[in-house]
Amino acid sequence: MLELKNISYEVSDENDNKEILKNISLSIDERFVAITGPNGGGKSTLAKLIAGIIKPTTGKIFLDGKDITDMSITERAQNGISFAFQQPVRFKGITVKDLITYAVGHPISTTEACSYLSEVGLCAKDYINRELNASLSGGEAKRIEIAMTMARGTALSIFDEPEAGIDLWSFQSLIKVFEMMHEKAGGSIIIISHQERILNIADKIIVLANGELVNMGGKDEILPSLLTDGPGCSVLMDKMKEVRNG
Amino acid sequence: MDRITKDLLEQVAGLHDIPTGAYNIRKDGQLYGRNVSANIDIVTKTDKPGIDIIIKDNTVNESVHIPVIIAQSGLKEAVYNDFIIGENCDVTIIAGCGIHNGGKEASEHSGIHSFDIGKNSKVKYVEKHYGQGEGTGERIMNPKTHIVLKEGAYMEMDTVQIEGIDSTLRETSAKLADDARLVIKEKIMTHDKQYAETNFSVDLDGVNCSADLVSRSVAKNESKQIFKSEINGNNICHGHSECDAIIMDNASVKALPALTANNLDASLIHEAAIGKIAGEQLIKLMTLGLSEEEAEKEIVAGFLK
Ligand SMILES: Nc1ncnc2c1ncn2[C@@H]1O[C@H](COP(=O)(O)OP(=O)(O)OP(=O)(O)O)[C@@H](O)[C@H]1O
Ligand SMILES: [Mg+2]
Repeated sequence: MLELKNISYEVSDENDNKEILKNISLSIDERFVAITGPNGGGKSTLAKLIAGIIKPTTGKIFLDGKDITDMSITERAQNGISFAFQQPVRFKGITVKDLITYAVGHPISTTEACSYLSEVGLCAKDYINRELNASLSGGEAKRIEIAMTMARGTALSIFDEPEAGIDLWSFQSLIKVFEMMHEKAGGSIIIISHQERILNIADKIIVLANGELVNMGGKDEILPSLLTDGPGCSVLMDKMKEVRNG
Repeated sequence: MDRITKDLLEQVAGLHDIPTGAYNIRKDGQLYGRNVSANIDIVTKTDKPGIDIIIKDNTVNESVHIPVIIAQSGLKEAVYNDFIIGENCDVTIIAGCGIHNGGKEASEHSGIHSFDIGKNSKVKYVEKHYGQGEGTGERIMNPKTHIVLKEGAYMEMDTVQIEGIDSTLRETSAKLADDARLVIKEKIMTHDKQYAETNFSVDLDGVNCSADLVSRSVAKNESKQIFKSEINGNNICHGHSECDAIIMDNASVKALPALTANNLDASLIHEAAIGKIAGEQLIKLMTLGLSEEEAEKEIVAGFLK
């Protein structure tokens, strides 16, 4: 179980402080938890806070009751947190097999490494020895990012917009990957997404807008409000008003 | 074969034992072993130290190993090796120099190589420089290579200096005739107070000739590197040079590319990128469970692979 208690995150530039996340408290224990909300709402920032890439200005993070707020990225990874980035990182000279091997944490056979690629719909033999460099397309890099997260097999996985850029691969396959991961490792899978079909499989939906937690609950409760002129749109209206007022 | 010789031969030429095919092993300024083949002759020069390697026309799928080993501290030598390669050949040449310096005095090897590559021949030239030894004496290597590529000839030069050379000045020049192509891949790692300078100068003289020079390097600690490249496009030709460097600690890397187009249809490109390891690369590997030091090591190893 992951718990965030009164998490705020501020960045400061020359003139003033910008509050990107404002006093977020929530707990995640469900199988699939979706985080959604408008662009710039703070979703990726929240994911980075959980993975330890950035540290909160105030507040605490607990994993299975243990305070992990001061843990490094590596320690959190070793304690069972995985994070598939919104923008996959490119390397020079490091191959897909190397990366899957790091993810698994011990030497593996090519066959085993290939099995993860097949799960994300890539023809393994074409990719396994390729460098994860700038020559891979966006969708290919994104799928490899998912395969790495799957290979880690941790109890908590965060996917930041996993569906973005992989249009040709059916949503159904992506959902199957999540189901399989849960079957193997248990725990929770957090999926940041704008896609209704992904939100539809969520046991819990968290709506972040303008750095605030504006709504949280079961999909039957949250989905209708996101899709109609309900509270979902009022969030947007508030946001627009703010923009107009500068 | 003693342990140091064996070790150095393995490091610079990937040899576990005496190679098959043609070879010439030089150790501490002396001939240590030689073998010639029906198509490849090796002749000791009479006017200065060094050898002529003469490869007959139409020699294919053959290799020549010419490693140089220096185990005697304080030895300084300049060796002249001339490769005369006939037409329509396809050969691999494995050179390389290993210095073991267990003493206080500087050991120095300057390999002066010339390649004369005949029409439509294909040559792969692999060169590895390596230093070791507990002594305080410097290990210095100053290789000089001049390449002449005749019509339609192709050469790929892979040069690697990953460890143990305190000071190096590597000068490589080339002249290309019609349809010739030159590919140079250089990998350098310097650490502590080491210094490495690379100097490429290529004349693209022939119609449709091309050159591709790629240098990847890592500079650690207080080390310094300079990368100079000069490509002269004197005809319809393609020239590309690239310097991609990672700096760490207090190291410094300088890239000085020069491109000269003397023909309207010369197409010349240079790319240079120098900087520290990308933070996002470290972060990604750390999210996979590697420590920062492990992540750094993997990124550098991959980069120089
Ligand atoms: N280091 C930073 N400095 C300044 N602003 C930042 C910084 N990091 C994030 N932001 C801002 O914080 C806001 C939230 O960014 P975040 O990436 O978390 O949004 P998001 O909800 O993931 O959006 P999207 O749906 O577009 O991916 C954005 O307005 C962004 O510009
Ligand atoms: Mg985002």
